[in-house]
Amino acid sequence: MSENNIERISGRATDELRNVSIKAGVIKNADGSALIEFGKNKIMAAVFGPKEVHPKHMMVSDRAIIKCRYHMMPFSTDTRKRPNLSRREIEISKVIREAVQPAIIMENYPRTAIEIYIEILQSDGGSRCAAINAASTALADAGINMRDLVSACAAGKANGQVVLDVDDQEDKTGEADMPIAMLPNMDLITLFQLDGNLSKEEFDQALELAKIGCNKLYNLQKDALSEKYFNENNGKEEE
Amino acid sequence: MKTNSIERKYVIPGDVIIQGDHKPSTNVIKQGNKIISTKIGMAEISYNGVKVIPLNGTYIPRTDDVVIGKVVEMNGFAWEVDINSWFFGILTGSAVFGKQFSSSRDSMRSQFNKGDCLVAKILSFDRTRDPLISISGPGLGKIKEGEIAYITSSKIPRVIGKKGAMIKLIEENTNCHLTIGQNGAILLKGTDDARLKAKSAIELIGNNAHLSDLNDRVISLISK
Repeated sequence: MSENNIERISGRATDELRNVSIKAGVIKNADGSALIEFGKNKIMAAVFGPKEVHPKHMMVSDRAIIKCRYHMMPFSTDTRKRPNLSRREIEISKVIREAVQPAIIMENYPRTAIEIYIEILQSDGGSRCAAINAASTALADAGINMRDLVSACAAGKANGQVVLDVDDQEDKTGEADMPIAMLPNMDLITLFQLDGNLSKEEFDQALELAKIGCNKLYNLQKDALSEKYFNENNGKEEE
Repeated sequence: MKTNSIERKYVIPGDVIIQGDHKPSTNVIKQGNKIISTKIGMAEISYNGVKVIPLNGTYIPRTDDVVIGKVVEMNGFAWEVDINSWFFGILTGSAVFGKQFSSSRDSMRSQFNKGDCLVAKILSFDRTRDPLISISGPGLGKIKEGEIAYITSSKIPRVIGKKGAMIKLIEENTNCHLTIGQNGAILLKGTDDARLKAKSAIELIGNNAHLSDLNDRVISLISK
């Protein structure tokens, strides 16, 4: 059943990501920003802050608070999406906020708010993972103290085999979808969701695959930041 | 390599700078025996410890810093000054009028109005309350002429240069007088042409702060 030669709908290998490109610093008015293209996903993340908290009663005296908004553009889906925040978007906003929160050293910014705005310009499966990657790149670009970058990637089961990076088609027709986010250097998982059924062995295999995917994305995030900040002369200052 | 030599490398958040028994300094955290960067920047490993000189980020006020700001709000007792940070600087009436300050006798508007720019010094700041600022001291006070240029506050040391070498270079070559605010605001005084030149030099430093041949680049830009 789980032969490696079963073709995926997209023609990818079981441990192959979609094409990913990340660019840091795309929005002038934001303190930090990133644009990610994750397969057909096109997602923009902008970070503002640390800044004053509004409304004031939300302020916490010894650390920062994080506000996150995940929003899909009306034209991001096949049929027009109503532009107001849906139940799903509010949930994903919360999930993303909790996924990036462990990476941020919030005690360094008491009485402030860090705002993360995520706009989905075009959506495919796995947009929450792509959004987390963009958000954490934007946070680093904003110069916020972080313990590590947050990388996210999904694994799942489609067509009877465990696969990396489940896309929209596989999500709809497949058996399971498991998005995870992690701090790669610290080996900590900050987001874990599982939709569907997996056996114990399949679960272990999927988790392993997702971690490999996260590490690949981590390298891409790192490249995007290096590209913006150190591009002209890598290593000239060393020695 | 000698023990007192400085080792530098580029880092992003999460990068392990060095392992072993080293003293963590600014913008790093220690986990086990690893020293990890928390910002994008240049890591410096030296005898004094391991630190990261950031390439971005918001200004965090420090006591005794000279800052340049703009009055955004005022009441009978104090002015609120935007100092390019997430807190407003508070300039109290007694810091301007002296200890005898009385809100009924002294007119706040006679000194500063909304929109006025000023050079000030941070008196105290401890993150639990807004920073207090003062204008008593040489070179501090209301700005009457000039233009303000902005740069990321973490790049201010590059504008100053080693023992003020970069400021001197810009001032001598452009005839423009610079007042540097640690919050990333720089006051330029001089003719239109001089200010334009100095501004482009500051912009160049902002875009290339991580490079080592900054002096040569600034010289070639100014002498064009």
